[in-house]
Amino acid sequence: MKSIVKNLNQEMVVFLLFVLIFTIFSVLLKGFLNASNLVLLMQGVSVLGILGAGMCIVVIGRGIDLSMVATMALSVAWALQLNGEGMNLPLALAIGIAGALLVGLINGLLIAYAEIPPLFATLATGACVYGFGRFQLIHSDLVYVTPAVGRLVELGQGRLLGIPMPVIVFGVVAAIIAFVLHFTKFGRFTYAVGDNYSTARVTGVPVRHVLVGQYMLTSIIAFIAGLTQAMTISSMNTRISDTLLIYDVILVVVLGGVGLTGGRGSVRNVVVGTLLIGTFLNGMTIMDVQYTMQNAIKSVILLAAIVIDTMINPRDEQTSQHGDI
Amino acid sequence: MSGGNTNASMNAQSNISSGSLSDRLVRFRHRWIPTHMIGEVLSKNWIDNVVPAVILVLIVAVFGSIVPNFFLPANVSDGARQIGELGFVVLGMMFVVLGGGIDLSVGSNFALGNLLALALTNVFNLPVEIVFVAVVFTCSFVGLINGLLIGVLRLRAFLTTLVMLIGLRALVDTLLLKYALVISAGYYDNAVWDFMGGGDLFGIPSSLILFIVAAIGMHIVISRTRFGWHVMAVGGSRRSAHNAGISLRRTVCSTYVICGAFCGVSAFFYAARLGNGGSYPGVGLEVLALTAVIVGGISLGGGRGSVVKAVIGAMIVQIINLAVVQLGLQSGAGQLVLGLILLAAIGFDVRWVKNRDKILARVYISPTYFELPPSPSTDAGSASPYAANDRLHDVEVIGLNQVDGPEDVVFDSAGNLYCGDRLGNIMRFDGPDHQQARIFAHIGGHPLGMAIDRDDNIVVCVGGMGLYRVRHDASVEKLTDETNRSPFSIIDDSRLRLTDDCDIAPDGRIFFSEATIRFDMATWPSDALECRGSGRIVCYDPAKKTTRTVARDLTFPNGITLSFDGKSILFSESWACRVRRYWFDGPKVGQIDTVIDNLPGYPDNINRASDGTYWMALMGMRSPALDLALRVPGFRKRMAQEVAIDEWLYPNINTGCIVRFNESGVIVESLWDRAGTNHPMITSMREHKGQLYIGGIFNNRIGRLKLAGVDSDWTGPKSYWGGK
Repeated sequence: MKSIVKNLNQEMVVFLLFVLIFTIFSVLLKGFLNASNLVLLMQGVSVLGILGAGMCIVVIGRGIDLSMVATMALSVAWALQLNGEGMNLPLALAIGIAGALLVGLINGLLIAYAEIPPLFATLATGACVYGFGRFQLIHSDLVYVTPAVGRLVELGQGRLLGIPMPVIVFGVVAAIIAFVLHFTKFGRFTYAVGDNYSTARVTGVPVRHVLVGQYMLTSIIAFIAGLTQAMTISSMNTRISDTLLIYDVILVVVLGGVGLTGGRGSVRNVVVGTLLIGTFLNGMTIMDVQYTMQNAIKSVILLAAIVIDTMINPRDEQTSQHGDI
Repeated sequence: MSGGNTNASMNAQSNISSGSLSDRLVRFRHRWIPTHMIGEVLSKNWIDNVVPAVILVLIVAVFGSIVPNFFLPANVSDGARQIGELGFVVLGMMFVVLGGGIDLSVGSNFALGNLLALALTNVFNLPVEIVFVAVVFTCSFVGLINGLLIGVLRLRAFLTTLVMLIGLRALVDTLLLKYALVISAGYYDNAVWDFMGGGDLFGIPSSLILFIVAAIGMHIVISRTRFGWHVMAVGGSRRSAHNAGISLRRTVCSTYVICGAFCGVSAFFYAARLGNGGSYPGVGLEVLALTAVIVGGISLGGGRGSVVKAVIGAMIVQIINLAVVQLGLQSGAGQLVLGLILLAAIGFDVRWVKNRDKILARVYISPTYFELPPSPSTDAGSASPYAANDRLHDVEVIGLNQVDGPEDVVFDSAGNLYCGDRLGNIMRFDGPDHQQARIFAHIGGHPLGMAIDRDDNIVVCVGGMGLYRVRHDASVEKLTDETNRSPFSIIDDSRLRLTDDCDIAPDGRIFFSEATIRFDMATWPSDALECRGSGRIVCYDPAKKTTRTVARDLTFPNGITLSFDGKSILFSESWACRVRRYWFDGPKVGQIDTVIDNLPGYPDNINRASDGTYWMALMGMRSPALDLALRVPGFRKRMAQEVAIDEWLYPNINTGCIVRFNESGVIVESLWDRAGTNHPMITSMREHKGQLYIGGIFNNRIGRLKLAGVDSDWTGPKSYWGGK
């Protein structure tokens, strides 16, 4: 028994917590444990999950991307606006993706070459992206999805084998990222860079290129997440970059056990974190708990998860890395 | 071909040594333009503040010129008031960051404090003092929760405060749903409250006054108290702090409590000023505070930063914020400007921190013009008093491999030999045979020159530490490690960094040399490359326990000895190749005379000989190449910048000799070891009962030479303090 407790890591703790809450809700809540509700549950957090999966790439590389939500909102809003003004869809989407890629490239250059700490580089680019987008590109806070998008709307509202498309998109994106992280050179290099930057460098890993690649990949994922979200709710609100959404994304990533110190974790951890949050939000909605109250309760449970993890895996003062916050 | 080269170089040499115009220009430039100060300024700790300060000035200049009414008194006063409010949060954030943490929950904590203050005033009508205490207490309590989780339970700061941010905000929103109407309907009429919100004292807004007080207090805490040092230590290296026995849990926890308290103060002023019961206050405040901390140049990860930086950072962020509002920019443009400035400031700061040491290394060494007359001959067989011979060839070696770097040797009145070593020990060889070394006492640093006082204690100059005394019972006491600061020196020269040799006057005053104030124990050879007079002679008076610098601007003052008349000291200036005399008593008190000019080598320690003359070690001999280079400072500067340090042209300190000179500076004899096998390097020698004992700073031995025709009963302590 003791060895089982010893072997618990954060991912297991969160997963067990998820199982616990799921069981409690299944027993206590009417209408929780049925197919349509579970599908709804997954649909509700799939965009968060996609963002989390994208974020986990940079977090594994010992970075963070606070500009992700701004990139998502502005690049998709721009593409939709161009499309709505008569540009054909592929070109508009290509321009949107190019915009997102450019943000990723700038982030990567600032972090890899100018050596600005990721937290602040992306904080600043996030503000710049939102500022520039609203100032020059997009005319109103809210951009609606017009019929001009045609069948793309299926991406948000369609179903495949009865499963909503956003969930499918989340699954596909997660699978692709997992594949990239585990089976490609770029993915392995990402772990190396995150685990120990200087060691990776002296070993011959092209660390700067890898960093730039990470941020560009994350930006593309942000675009995909944004597109899925816009198609689901038929609009894109650029004000979303001002909300706490980015913190939720980080929570989903870190909660599942992807270490902010880099080099630890994988997409699986993000999926676990997303499941917990999703279950929780769904149960709260069924119980008709107020939104603000949901957040308060959510925090308490999250805190509990972190505390349990820390008690099982206490910080070792002799081996912890400096600057590990 | 080679002949042509020789001619060319000879021409160059004659040009340089002549009094040509270019030569005079070089001399003038190095005499009157103090370029060495650039390096000294750059090496100051406060220079880090220059970057954010420059950014601040630029921002004020730019916005002052493009924003209409930027300097309008009302605007300035309003801005100052808001700087005071933001400043509190920034101070709190800075303290947490210094301790190696981060607090993202400041914005929500602030919102909670604001709401509480409004509720207590508008709804409950409590007195202002009670409201203040309640708000600060509540916010500190939130900080305490953070502190308990992060400090005591050792959770991850980023994640924990992130959750706190979301949770507290949810709590505030929940409360607002219930009480927003009641709060905005209430009214609170109180002069003190209004003063806190909008009043000022001599034109300074109330919040700014309290902020200035708090900032000064914080500065004292961080730089002057044990608690502040603990916080810096934990932030600088958590593991080392833990191993050094600092309580990480308590220290880290208290940083969050203090941060919370500052949030409360800030919220109190904010509530008094605006009475805003909406859900907006405090949103994004954590980003603003973090930006201020980082733009100010405080490194995330801890251990590096100051209050001044935090204050400058807070001002920069607040000014940008206000200017963007006043410009009335279109939606989005304000954020764009803020983002770009943040990027530029951080980018600049990162480059600065990364390259500061490189710049410093390039500019710190600043050679100056120094001209030596042609060196006297040392050729064997010549009539020169310095003519090389082999009289040191038969030196007997004692203590081989038992000592490491005995710069000086000294005898107590019982005839035991003492020397220092590189490990910071005082080694003792028991008399009369002096065969076996043992550690007598441990001081640290590198003990250099020594002297025996009237009570048979050893007074020793410890390189890197100061002037120390070792008593008979091997107990060590510090005599002094600081002197009076020179009023206009940029380097803080009050701390003794390279005390070199000492001697004791009949009245007990100890005169000692500090070779240079610009370099320390590890880098002193660089001083030879500079040849700048940066050394001094310092006097410690044991009666008054005072330390005073008595002579400045000396060129590497090294050995010191008391003259036989007890009224002056003789000291050698190594790179200047001369010996001078400082009068501390008698009619010429305070004056400096030259005793020997133009030695063929670099003089080190001087000690008394039995017949009324003085022994002096030359630690190395001059070479024409370096003598020439001393007249071409530009060449040495380029060398220091472009050539690896191991390839520099240094004084030769491998071969030396011992000379004896009389009171008027005439060389009586010299002792050489041309083969350099038994005693390769000499920095000191001491006569004792007809034998000469030789020390060398890079040696692993002590040399002993039998002297012919000298008083075989003569000892140093007897000569100084009379027979016992």
